[in-house]
Amino acid sequence: MKEVRLHGRGGQGAVTSAELVAIAAIDEGRYAQAFPSFGPERRGAPVMAFIRVSGDQIRTREKVYHPDIVMVLDSSLPSLVDVAAGMKEDGIVILNSAMSEKELRKEYGFKCKLAMVDANTIAREVIGLPITNTTMLGALLKATGIVGMDAMDKALEHRFGRLAEKNKAAMRRAYDETVVIK
Amino acid sequence: MAKRVGIEVSIAIAEAVKLADADVIPAYPITPQTHIVEHLSELVANGELDAEFIPVESEHAAMSACCGASAAGARTFTSSSSQGLSLMSEILYIPSTMRLPIVMVVANRALSAPISIWNDHQDIMVQRDIGWIQTFAENGQEAVDLTLHAFRVAEDRKVSLPMIVNIDGFTLSHVIEPIEIPDQEEVDKFLPPFKPRYKLDPRKPISMGPVGVPEVYTEAKVALDNALKASKRVVLKAWDEFAEIFGRKYNPVETYRTEDAEVLLVTMGSISETAMTAVDAMRDSGQKVGLVRIRLWRPFPSVEFRKAAGKAKVLAVIDRCLPPGAVCGPVGEELRSLFYKVPGAPKIFSFVAGLGGRDVTVERFEEIVDKAKAYAKRRPKELYEVIGVREK
Repeated sequence: MKEVRLHGRGGQGAVTSAELVAIAAIDEGRYAQAFPSFGPERRGAPVMAFIRVSGDQIRTREKVYHPDIVMVLDSSLPSLVDVAAGMKEDGIVILNSAMSEKELRKEYGFKCKLAMVDANTIAREVIGLPITNTTMLGALLKATGIVGMDAMDKALEHRFGRLAEKNKAAMRRAYDETVVIK
Repeated sequence: MAKRVGIEVSIAIAEAVKLADADVIPAYPITPQTHIVEHLSELVANGELDAEFIPVESEHAAMSACCGASAAGARTFTSSSSQGLSLMSEILYIPSTMRLPIVMVVANRALSAPISIWNDHQDIMVQRDIGWIQTFAENGQEAVDLTLHAFRVAEDRKVSLPMIVNIDGFTLSHVIEPIEIPDQEEVDKFLPPFKPRYKLDPRKPISMGPVGVPEVYTEAKVALDNALKASKRVVLKAWDEFAEIFGRKYNPVETYRTEDAEVLLVTMGSISETAMTAVDAMRDSGQKVGLVRIRLWRPFPSVEFRKAAGKAKVLAVIDRCLPPGAVCGPVGEELRSLFYKVPGAPKIFSFVAGLGGRDVTVERFEEIVDKAKAYAKRRPKELYEVIGVREK
């Protein structure tokens, strides 16, 4: 079982991202859960969302305390929130950042595996809005392979209808541009 | 063929109500039930469900409208939570004695104060004695299945009682997970059209719910009690039929790894899944621990529970509700009564956990089992214990 914690800000679509990954995994015939950090919704405030993906039935309703994967949608969050808190030893943090590996490690003290992509630029150029949730899905797929691109495409098409194409394109570009450091 | 999809549990429940072809849905939105009635209002508005959706002015009005609709012979559904359920309270006792088969999904949530939108079972335990049949769902699939089951049981002429399906707010209502959405054809096979024995009809006038003078009130209440107890046969029969059609079998009490167990955890609702994981972990470390989950809360399945848990030495009962000043939580109290003076009965220890959205983790279950084992050797000072209270 893989456990994922997403960090974003209210309104950035972290919950939507989590839902889309779970839907894609279930569509691939596996088991998955997605849920928000339940609470009042406040635009701009740091929020979390959680995903579990497994080949077997998932029998837990706990929040995710020890993620295998952490994905951060907002580049300003690592200075506010300890995004790597509780992560499993072999875990990876996937960041929306224009910084290099060296800069990230120096600035935030990351000791774990990292993956990063400048999702702000991609989202602005491809979607036309600085909303990075679907863009960052490309980074997640590249860094972890947690679901396949086909199932992810289908989930995006189902959710966004005619707006899906731009989101798919942004996801693909992020997939190509994500740097994974193991 | 039924379709397995990744879907939010609330949306899936609304889809089940659509498959049940409900006629009238009076509802007032309240977190965390909102997505259920929102989706139902959409289904009605876009013509996918041919029903009257009544956006009432309060939960009190919602349940009042439910009574009227059901009395007129309509298949009636509503949903509520917490403060909303409390506001319904005055009306909740009425459809049970009036034998109106309303179906309600309660997305369980804590009660104020302090204000909490998060999950526990206080809202429904306040309404324990309303005379409705009540089940608790462990996961999203069950929430869907029990909703369909509720219509089938409630409207059965041998039952004719309102029924609540309890689902944990947020921890079930807001989770996306795989759910098999049944086929319309299969649902139609399982759930016949609602044909009430009596209904309000101007062509054939009758009175419903008139005053119960002292000469008849006791008999009316005894009739309800008898009907509620007798409903268990139909609850079970409908689960058998459900299994035949949909391939998923439900029981009023479920066991997990109870063979040779010395300590049994007792749970209701979605913490049962985490409890199974905890039991696996404790079994792996050589502890003889099992789990009993109560699915049918009212009428209480006494025979089934005794059979499932009677041989254990220790029961660690977990309530998601803290009734101030009581002897212990309502589930603990129920089981202590059930086993009172029964020879060889298990020792029962009552715990309260998971109030107002506090997570009940695997570690918490392990802590509860450790405590229950210790108390079996040396009686605790208190009759119940609240787990995980922060001291600072």
